[in-house]
Amino acid sequence: MSATAPVAPRHVRADLKRIASWIEPGSRVLDLGCADGTLLAYLQNNKGVVGAGVELNDEQVIAAVRRGVQVIQQNLEEGLALFDDQQFDTVVLSRTLQSMHNTEHILREMARVARYGIVSFPNFGYWPHGWSILMGRMPVTGEMPYQWFDTPNIHLCTLKDFEDLAAALQLRITHLATFNGNKEVKLLPGWRSTLAVYRFESPN
Amino acid sequence: MAEVSVPDISAASAENFSASPSNTIPPGSVGVVSPRFISFTEPLALASGQVLPSYELAVETYGVLNEQRNNAVLICHALNASHHVAGISADNPKDIGWWDNMVGPGKAVDTDRYFVIGVNNIGSCFGSTGPASINPATGKPWGGAFPMLTVEDWVRAQARLADRFGIEKFAAVMGGSLGGMQALSWAITCPDRVGHCIVIASTPRLSAQNIGFNEVARRSIISDPDFHGGDYYAHGTVPRHGLSVARMVGHITYLSDDDMATKFGRTQRAPADNGEFHYGYDVEFEVESYLRYQGEKFSTYFDANTYLLITRALDYFDPSRNYGGDLARALQGVTADFLLVSFTTDWRFPPARSREIVRALLKNKRPVTYAEIDAPHGHDAFLLDDARYHAVVQGYYDRIAAKLGLPERSRTTGVLA
Repeated sequence: MSATAPVAPRHVRADLKRIASWIEPGSRVLDLGCADGTLLAYLQNNKGVVGAGVELNDEQVIAAVRRGVQVIQQNLEEGLALFDDQQFDTVVLSRTLQSMHNTEHILREMARVARYGIVSFPNFGYWPHGWSILMGRMPVTGEMPYQWFDTPNIHLCTLKDFEDLAAALQLRITHLATFNGNKEVKLLPGWRSTLAVYRFESPN
Repeated sequence: MAEVSVPDISAASAENFSASPSNTIPPGSVGVVSPRFISFTEPLALASGQVLPSYELAVETYGVLNEQRNNAVLICHALNASHHVAGISADNPKDIGWWDNMVGPGKAVDTDRYFVIGVNNIGSCFGSTGPASINPATGKPWGGAFPMLTVEDWVRAQARLADRFGIEKFAAVMGGSLGGMQALSWAITCPDRVGHCIVIASTPRLSAQNIGFNEVARRSIISDPDFHGGDYYAHGTVPRHGLSVARMVGHITYLSDDDMATKFGRTQRAPADNGEFHYGYDVEFEVESYLRYQGEKFSTYFDANTYLLITRALDYFDPSRNYGGDLARALQGVTADFLLVSFTTDWRFPPARSREIVRALLKNKRPVTYAEIDAPHGHDAFLLDDARYHAVVQGYYDRIAAKLGLPERSRTTGVLA
């Protein structure tokens, strides 16, 4: 029995697979909001990555420990003070940016601790959202399944919105992939995708 | 030095019990255990410059050391504990090991797969050579002349114990509080001998506040007229009052403010008529009664000189001291994989102290897992039955087992059952 075999996840979502494809084999990866460690376990097993994850939720931390992931229990809102400048090659923030209070701060911190950053978030520009608002209702869809009063998503944006912020923070976008459910979207992604995944290079 | 064989205590105790069916071993218990006393005649040079000419260590073991000798776990104890980590003491069926909820067949530290050693440190009063032992040079108890000790001294003595067992490298060295300091010190001073280092509710050094509390405790003992400069054995006295007050102070630091509020609040112990105060200095509140009881109980079984020695060893611990206070540099040579756990309401060794260690390890690119458990019980939480805490430790040990090719867990007992 090897160290990692029994904990390898069987199914990895398309967006996580794409994120993985942007990560160099054997590199150092920090996954912020790593949940049960699915991505890191996949990267460790398939790409020989040296990874660490940050997660706040008790159950997720326990699941990540069981998966064989090095997880650090911490609230991301408190920043990344545990990590040194450029300690990692790539830092990932998957489906978490939209629920953070201090959006700019976390992006700056990501740029500080790693050369490359990968961010995914629900695309508010997804056309049914607009339709829903025209019909007089806040949108509730698969990627954002919450009512307006109980949503953790406080900083929603479109692809263009994010690109503007990235430019303002001097994050050079190198890759973009967009998804609708588990399918990649290539045509009119600003309207047709539910999830956007960006990779950027940190300024220095 | 004579080779020490490694008896399978759990098997032996199982036999004892089949012979006396009136007793039952709870599931997940290692059963009835007895200590062994292992002598070391080679002098131990101590950090203070003093030398301990010879010494004996009290040891309990659970589980079986495998052929490759790679499944050994060393459990280091904190201030008032001992080698009796798990199981039921053969001398006293009420004496259950201090970490019995953590160590046993099917528990987080699973003795079905791991060979666990509990060792009593030198300077203690529970069986290993300490201030109440006879000083071979004088034929009298060491008393106040017993050499001062440091965490590093204990680790050196424990390393010799590992040699006796033929254990080159521990699968894990683990401890809570002061025990966590020993685990950390193992990883620093014997990096090749520690596969995994598990540091729970601990700190890389005491704060001024921590030292302050220790000093109050020590002054309380030393200023007791029955202390006699530590040679109270010769005077036939025990500084019971001083030790009792020391324990009361210490005990407060183990509990959280919330925990004390919940347990005692401002409840009066035996109020006068109509709930009135007595207007005096006898016990008025429940919390006073509790602390007095804890202090007095402690003073009947714990040795005052040991309390002094151990609190001083706590004060002295600071691996970054020789590196200009830079913990990351102190940890540069470390090769172990780490698990750290802290508890949010622990104000004795708060999470920030554990995070310092995490940060220093990350700086050295060491693999580290860190859980910060939101538990209400303060420092004492590391001894209690918190399922999240136990699940993290269990998950981590299962991971170690997978890495070392040990068998998979065959049962789950105890807190997580």
